[in-house]
Amino acid sequence: MIEQARVDPYAKRRVSMLVNGQPYEGEIEARTTLVDFLRIDCGLTGTHVGCEHGVCGACTVLMDGQAVRSCIMLALQAEGASLTTVEGLATEGELHPIQQAFADCHGLQCGFCTPGFLMSVSELLSSHPDPSDDEIKDALGGNVCRCTGYQQIMDAVRLAAERMRT
Amino acid sequence: MKPAPFAYFDPRTVADAVALLEEHGMDAKVLAGGQSLVPLLNMRLARPAVLVDINRIDGLDYIRDDGDAIAFGAMTRQRAVERSRLVREKLPLLHEAMTFIAHPQIRNRGTIGGSLAHADPAAELPAIAQVLEAEFVIAGPGGTRTAASKDFFVTYLTSCLEPNEILTEVRFPLLPPSTGWSFIELSRRHGDFALAGVAATLTLSGGSIADARVGLFGVGATALRATEAEVLLRGQRPDAAIFEDAGTSAAAAIDEPLSDIHASAEYRRDLARVLTRRALAESASRAGAAA
Repeated sequence: MIEQARVDPYAKRRVSMLVNGQPYEGEIEARTTLVDFLRIDCGLTGTHVGCEHGVCGACTVLMDGQAVRSCIMLALQAEGASLTTVEGLATEGELHPIQQAFADCHGLQCGFCTPGFLMSVSELLSSHPDPSDDEIKDALGGNVCRCTGYQQIMDAVRLAAERMRT
Repeated sequence: MKPAPFAYFDPRTVADAVALLEEHGMDAKVLAGGQSLVPLLNMRLARPAVLVDINRIDGLDYIRDDGDAIAFGAMTRQRAVERSRLVREKLPLLHEAMTFIAHPQIRNRGTIGGSLAHADPAAELPAIAQVLEAEFVIAGPGGTRTAASKDFFVTYLTSCLEPNEILTEVRFPLLPPSTGWSFIELSRRHGDFALAGVAATLTLSGGSIADARVGLFGVGATALRATEAEVLLRGQRPDAAIFEDAGTSAAAAIDEPLSDIHASAEYRRDLARVLTRRALAESASRAGAAA
């Protein structure tokens, strides 16, 4: 009986993880992607679903401090992990310096890609407080924006880095 | 939910994973970093009945200095390989190639073993394995076996792994002294798969070419070695004329280059010629030749 339950593709499994410091858990089918778990089960809709095959970067979140694509990971693979989503950036009504810099530099227009950009920039600035332009481009090459033309995003990253250093 | 339903197992040992593969055979797929497989699941291009996730198996994530080679546990993340000081110092060709694999967010999850087992002919790692003549350690029901890179890559997206086997380790031998190397890839955008690419090495001795290796990727059913070009180079002086001839030979060695929306077969063949020439010139200059 137990073996049969294990091979049932619709069987629900328990999963728990920390998201923005808060514990979340759910009962999900194995095929649930991490981004669907975050959006549907956790109600954290700030993380966006774009291409769903790892190309556009809109779904980027931090898992144990590393930027990953939440659309091409299973939620079960984040069992026990600590995640940060865009909802985890601002504190007490105050924008995170990266968010503020994107606003100040017009680093967004429609905003669909922005959560992914913000998380990729978070990872970059955590290890490179004063990144070169090449390092910024390398970190953001996997995030697609169809509005800005990227130059204002580059400006925003430079400004955020400067503000976070001082 | 995008993927079709599948039964999910996350074994803790290689033996348990192999037993699951043995039980489910062709119905099962191994999930490593998932950066190629999960997109295929999302698009339902792959619909395995059973997924065997090997991420929770301890002891498959390491970079080990074996003296004349560096061994990598199959589940070592590509980002760890890219950032390894040992790799940068002793296998600079591999280090260089890592930076061409997709983007940092993908390399944070993608594994060295997963990319090799996926055997995409336009991917970087299979080409490096061919040029460095990597050795693959494979676990199956009867124990472990090893395979040479020339036998590992069979055809498009197909390795020599049987449905009940798992790649556990890959060993990249170091290059001999007085050897220069080069890695050149052309793609539409940085991080995309290659339209065509070349990984080359050149070993010099007394002003002539003692050994040459030319690996091509993005141009055939597998990453391949241009062996005729290599033979042609051996014993010659490293100059522009011989590199041109080697490029022509390498391009002629490609059976049937892929033709798709990104590039025609003719364009890919010509790229192989030009990139081989450039890669050999760069290898020679790194090897310290007055080419």
